[in-house]
Amino acid sequence: MTDMQAMDGSSQAHRAERHRFYWAGVLLAAALTVLPFWLVMTGQADRSTTALLIFAMALVQIVVHVAFFLHVDTRSEGGWTLLAFLFTAVIVVLTIGGSVWIMYHLNTNMMPGAITGH
Amino acid sequence: MTDHADDPGRSITWHRVDEDGHDHEDGNATLLGFWIYLMSDALIFASLFAMFGVVSTSYAGGPVPREIFNLPLVALNTGLLLASSITFGEAMPHLAAGRAAPVRVWLAMTGLLGAGFVGVELYEFGHLVSEGAGPQRSAFLSAFFTLVGTHGAHVTVGMIWIAVMLAQIARNGLTPAMRRRVMCLSMFWHFLDIIWIGVFTFVYLYGVVR
Repeated sequence: MTDMQAMDGSSQAHRAERHRFYWAGVLLAAALTVLPFWLVMTGQADRSTTALLIFAMALVQIVVHVAFFLHVDTRSEGGWTLLAFLFTAVIVVLTIGGSVWIMYHLNTNMMPGAITGH
Repeated sequence: MTDHADDPGRSITWHRVDEDGHDHEDGNATLLGFWIYLMSDALIFASLFAMFGVVSTSYAGGPVPREIFNLPLVALNTGLLLASSITFGEAMPHLAAGRAAPVRVWLAMTGLLGAGFVGVELYEFGHLVSEGAGPQRSAFLSAFFTLVGTHGAHVTVGMIWIAVMLAQIARNGLTPAMRRRVMCLSMFWHFLDIIWIGVFTFVYLYGVVR
């Protein structure tokens, strides 16, 4: 079966449903973009609360984009896209979190009182 | 996809699996392969984010984020890129239905929004350099220009890809090969918007808050 036949085979209702799903993602993404900018630009909360909230919203927005725009779920490609994504997420967290963690402690232990900005 | 793994001797099974790959519109080895590429690209950005995270407070007595980041401009840029993701999403139902004209219109709009994004970013970079906050000023600024510039370079490549797709659709129509290419481009474009979520949160917003 070619791609063409598969696409013609999907019903109008199925396509309409996909489009609604997609627009739910658009609304979520827009809200999760506007909120952190609003928080920071108007200074609603104290620094640590604001930082926590913007990182939390960024994580949720990344999941929203991956699920609603890139259609990654347990069924797509037999689950291989999801598996590759989760593996990458683990490496990304290890790379960024590990580097920042280790270098922060190196800074604080080897240069006491140095300009770390904390 | 797994029922063939225990008996590699039966070649007929492999043929069946190959055909199964085309049974639904996303079931295409190219799309999965392109996804793996995007994941490896994500690792490049992960290392750039890690580098930025490590030196993000090494100002070397130079400007700090709060002094040089123009948040309304970043918000505009974020809006442009998110809008371009949405316009690309609008092209996809038309792609599935085989309507070439609306696909080209939505792709062209996506390209224009992408050009707006790159234009604003270049303006921001030029402004920073003219203020003496260029990449050579401090480790923080070196990492900033490397990370944000790499993302901007990706968006520029995406715009070139859109231009090529517009020309090829005009010449070939929406052949299965063209659909596959546009679907890969769609993944690429959405992926760049996801990287930008990390940039505007970690670099700009957190930089101003900390």
